[in-house]
Amino acid sequence: MSIYTRRRIANGVVMSLSVAATAFGLLWLVLVLWTLLENGIAAITPALFSQMTPPPGSAGGLLNAIFGSVVMTLIATLVGTPTGILAGTFLAEYSRGSRFGEVVRFINDILLSAPSIIVGLFVYELMVVRMGHFSAWAGSMALAIIVIPVVVRTTEDMLNLVPNALREAAAALGSPKWKVIVMVSYRAAIQGMVTGVMLAVARIAGETAPLLFTALNNQFWSTNLDAPMANLPVVIFQFAMSPYADWQVLAWGGALLITLTVLCLNIGARALASWSTFKQ
Amino acid sequence: MSPPQASARLAMPVVPSDPDVRDPQLVPGQKAVIRNVDFFYDTFRALKNISLPLHDKRVTAFIGPSGCGKSTLLRILNRIYELYPGQRATGEVLVDGENILAPGLDLNLLRAKIGMVFQKPTPFPMSIYDNIAFGIRLYERLTRPELDDRIEAALRRAALWDEVKDKLRQSGLGLSGGQQQRLCIARAVAVEPEILLLDEPASALDPLSTQRIEELIAELKDDYCIAIVTHNMQQAARSSDYTAFMYLGELIEFDETERIFTHPKQKQTEDYITGRFG
Repeated sequence: MSIYTRRRIANGVVMSLSVAATAFGLLWLVLVLWTLLENGIAAITPALFSQMTPPPGSAGGLLNAIFGSVVMTLIATLVGTPTGILAGTFLAEYSRGSRFGEVVRFINDILLSAPSIIVGLFVYELMVVRMGHFSAWAGSMALAIIVIPVVVRTTEDMLNLVPNALREAAAALGSPKWKVIVMVSYRAAIQGMVTGVMLAVARIAGETAPLLFTALNNQFWSTNLDAPMANLPVVIFQFAMSPYADWQVLAWGGALLITLTVLCLNIGARALASWSTFKQ
Repeated sequence: MSPPQASARLAMPVVPSDPDVRDPQLVPGQKAVIRNVDFFYDTFRALKNISLPLHDKRVTAFIGPSGCGKSTLLRILNRIYELYPGQRATGEVLVDGENILAPGLDLNLLRAKIGMVFQKPTPFPMSIYDNIAFGIRLYERLTRPELDDRIEAALRRAALWDEVKDKLRQSGLGLSGGQQQRLCIARAVAVEPEILLLDEPASALDPLSTQRIEELIAELKDDYCIAIVTHNMQQAARSSDYTAFMYLGELIEFDETERIFTHPKQKQTEDYITGRFG
């Protein structure tokens, strides 16, 4: 057999295996999306967005849970984004090559891959036990702790991509360092940094475990951040586990809603990223 | 490669015999005096006892093979090397009689006074207008019309105005390489520095853009003290008044450009400019 024939056979075999592996992976994704659509589409009604979670046997929606998820995600993002960006800036602009920076980076990577239930338990001990009750504040903090390492990492990575020549050029005009960072480095890296924040938001939108230990749930409409607050993941968890058919339908609806939201955020992040590479 | 007598000649302190340089006082016409400067990348000594003057309203060219330290020397003059830990310079660089290597000096003010243009064009990711306004706004509070005037003047100086006057609000990244480099020159002159450092400003450009940059240097010379690093000897011969030839971190010869290119004192200089090595 000639070298060329062998090469073609090897190529064919590897190619087939790769395509099969891809198809196998995609199959489950498609099945999940299909099942969600099939079961959840019936629950996507105006009532879903306008009524509270009902007791078993009566009609209702997910308004309080949607509100709770949006509020806690928002607070977590508002707390986690500036913290993460500042820490990422420190790593990329101030501590390059320093021992301390290495340690911070390492710890951040551990936090990045920490199971979210651990984060939930941590905040439970720190806030819920001391306050004596579950609250939306605790839920937001747990989610913020998940946001921070994601934003730190993407911010640092994106700032590292900014060429040093650009920093030198700005410094050579007599610009102080903070101005070089804010006016030049951030501007050059902004799209990637925004993408990182959006991915972090997508990640916490579906987190259940940290909220189970912190915000818990609330059957009623509540805007009190100091009290337990309904949220989509925990409501889905509770309703899906229940024996009541109408609750299960709402759980499907909530699951579809979260999935579509995360999908949109991811697509948005990708579009933003490709737009930025296109621009440069 | 080089015979023993050549390296012996290398070690000879050629330049300090020049009375202008030995004199610590500022000689009229000299904007800056570099005296006994050494430079270290960590422990590697990249520059060895460099001394020479930079004349006001004249162009001084630094030539020499890659790695000879000419860019390093330029980066000492605005202390841009201090962005990186582990790099340090010793000796003195007197600008208007003040040692700019002294500790405690305000580096931002120093760099506002000594502008620099780099090898690769470095437009900031902002509009053409803001690229130039960036430097001006650092140290001056101007009204909008005043700022507009300054920006137009800077772009005219850099021979870029006619090409960009209708798209000042567009991104500086959208310009061609030659235009970007002229934008960087406009940005540097907009803050009205006293010394202009050009680190191979035309080496990444096509011949036509190179020619425009050289014409620009000839015009800017009337107002500034210019130091230019170049790989291109024709460029040095064409656009400079003084030339310094460097090799392996040492200053081999410094003289008027015409002398360097017609009657170099050192054999190494002659070998380099005639293309026998480097």
